[in-house]
Amino acid sequence: MSDTTDGQVLTTQDGKPLKAALRRALRREKLRAFLLIAPLLIFVLVTFVAPIVDMLFRSVENGIVADTLPNTVIELSKWDPASGEVPDEVVFAALYNDMVVAVDQKTHTRLGSRLNYEQSGISSLFRKTGRRIKRMDEDGPFKDQFIGADKKWGDVATWQVLQQFSPRYTDGYFLNAFDAKRGPDGIEMKPDDQQIYMFLFGRTLFLSIVITLSCLLLGYPIAFLLAALPLRTSNLLMILVLLPFWTSLLVRTSAWKVLLQQQGVINDFLVWTRLIDDAGRLVMINNQTGTIIAMTHILLPFMILPLYSVMKTISPSYVRAAKSLGANDWTAFWRVYFPQSVPGIGAGAVLVFILSIGYYITPELVGGTSGIFISNRIAYHISSSLNWGLAASLGTLLLVAVLVLFVVYDKIVGIDNVKLG
Amino acid sequence: MKLKTLILAGTALAFTGSSALATDLTLVSWGGAYQSSQKNAYTDPYTAENPGITVIWDESSAEAVAKLRAMNEAGNVTWDLVDVVASDAIRLCDEGLAMEIDADVDLAAAPDGTPASEDFGDLLVSECFIPQIVYSTTFGYRSDIDEWGGKEPTEICDVFDLETFPGKRSLEKRPINNMEWALLCDGVPKEEVYNVLETEEGQDQAFKKLDTIKDNVVWWSAGAETPQLLADKEVVIGSTYNGRLFALIEEQKQPVKMLWDAQVFDLDGWIIPTGLPEDRLAEVKKLVKYATDTQRLADQAKYISYGPARKSSAPLVGQHASLGIDMAPHMPTDPNNAKNTFLYNYEWWADYRDDIDAKFQAWLAQ
Repeated sequence: MSDTTDGQVLTTQDGKPLKAALRRALRREKLRAFLLIAPLLIFVLVTFVAPIVDMLFRSVENGIVADTLPNTVIELSKWDPASGEVPDEVVFAALYNDMVVAVDQKTHTRLGSRLNYEQSGISSLFRKTGRRIKRMDEDGPFKDQFIGADKKWGDVATWQVLQQFSPRYTDGYFLNAFDAKRGPDGIEMKPDDQQIYMFLFGRTLFLSIVITLSCLLLGYPIAFLLAALPLRTSNLLMILVLLPFWTSLLVRTSAWKVLLQQQGVINDFLVWTRLIDDAGRLVMINNQTGTIIAMTHILLPFMILPLYSVMKTISPSYVRAAKSLGANDWTAFWRVYFPQSVPGIGAGAVLVFILSIGYYITPELVGGTSGIFISNRIAYHISSSLNWGLAASLGTLLLVAVLVLFVVYDKIVGIDNVKLG
Repeated sequence: MKLKTLILAGTALAFTGSSALATDLTLVSWGGAYQSSQKNAYTDPYTAENPGITVIWDESSAEAVAKLRAMNEAGNVTWDLVDVVASDAIRLCDEGLAMEIDADVDLAAAPDGTPASEDFGDLLVSECFIPQIVYSTTFGYRSDIDEWGGKEPTEICDVFDLETFPGKRSLEKRPINNMEWALLCDGVPKEEVYNVLETEEGQDQAFKKLDTIKDNVVWWSAGAETPQLLADKEVVIGSTYNGRLFALIEEQKQPVKMLWDAQVFDLDGWIIPTGLPEDRLAEVKKLVKYATDTQRLADQAKYISYGPARKSSAPLVGQHASLGIDMAPHMPTDPNNAKNTFLYNYEWWADYRDDIDAKFQAWLAQ
């Protein structure tokens, strides 16, 4: 000790400073550990993180306008959209030059369908203009020729859209996902009859919570029973829990259709027992009820399994001890058993909630119009309307919503309090 | 040593042999009865004549546009020929994902020498589209409903008439066709429909008309749903593709009848993806030329009740392959069925689809 206070450094046997030697040894250790996990890390980065980041990036990416019409974008930036007048000849000449190249590379129609998301009619405007461009007089004047090809070129609104979406990055998709748009006086909400996404987000969250709660309500007693029964019986019951888990999702969903529809098994039975009359058959499918019932059934194993594995570890001697100290059945359960099963509830609830928030096949089949989720709209924009930018921004919002809920959950329950077994 | 050489030589031979003789062509279609009609009418006879060709089917037509776009971005298009509806063909052409064709060069002329472009006529709705069949979206209704008191729907507006024909209806969960029918039944003349629908007021008018039956509608998204709903008596009238109703009525013998009034014609056909290597493209073009000639298109009608897209095929349509009934009266294009038809405007919907669909979904969710 006295050595160091004298300003002398501790050294190893071969004269190197001890601190540095230690650090190097540690670094080597860390490097080795890192190299061991590197293959997995690279695999996850390449196959999981990178595609997601790429998809999320599409929600702001908008290079297509500047790539397809480079000269027009430069000339158009000088134009004042509030002037109420169509841009002058210079812009039209630039448009002509860009369009000739674009038509040659066949990229003009792609730009048309991109801008059509913002304003109806631009798709055919570009298609039509592309067909006419070869017949135009290349010495100009171009303004009249373009307006002659399609009068939408003489419309200020067309140019406003073109200018607004000229930058390489756009917030347009996100505004759209928030049911908003950029009007002449800044950001404004869309008209009431076009607002849908925020409403669907709300419904998705609400229905997911209801589904999680009903899974918990149904799953808890089953898991309790499974954990309490002797192994032979509980194994048999376990197979019954897992059996639907192994059945195709579509088969299970269709089975619910057969059961729940108005001329279905349940309604037929109720009419037969005279509980309801033929005119008063219950509507249990193609609405929220259908979605809740079918999804609760499908997600139930995801609640039961973590609950069961946690309950299995709770020693029966605690409850016995509580009872021998004078607690009745309820107190022993509520004060001793239940708190120990909370980590299982946490794990099951998080699992079911996150799965249900992104579900779309079951809601699509049994949800009718009042039971569909935001994921149904995302699927529509991916596979049908091809508006991948909007789909990506809706997906980003969904991801952020889940992460926020996860943080809230961590604050309230604590993430350490989640156990899968 | 000898054995080893022999095996090696054999393997080498097998490899060169397979690459020289056999070509795998991946065709994308819709699955089900439609795909098997294509298999029976086009590809089975073709592979029998060309033993080197193997056809692999992929049932992805419903997501073809999105998948093709993703494949194209990844730079790995694995499809050779894709069956899509006309509106998707237009989108794929716009996106540069489908190849433009020259009808008179790439497609066979009619037996009497009429060039293909004339034989297909107006049905060549896009430079990339090779039409196969004309199908229609139309209504079927149950013929055993007591509450109707012996009356049967005869025209499209009966779908909106809940007093005479009470009961649930099934309609497709998208604005296309529904908006047009609503306007037609709200007194808009046929030729004015798209002009009216272009305006905000026109769209509101259509939604208002749909509002009158909204509580009695089951919305479908897959073509198989309406036949099932009709068979289960869940709905009493429903729209779907005419071929599905044919199967329900003639093959499954359900008490259902066709309501052909204001049926909406649509087209289905092939597109060739862009960027195929030369040799594959040559094979694909050969297959397409064969599969869309007059006889092949007429043959397809033996297996499914969709009308051939060539004018010259119509007289050759015969009897159903297994039921033995005349197919001509079941074609949407038959004069008796086509007394009042509605023409779907592709260009118009390409422009207004995004906008109106957003409104339609918001209207549904309300």
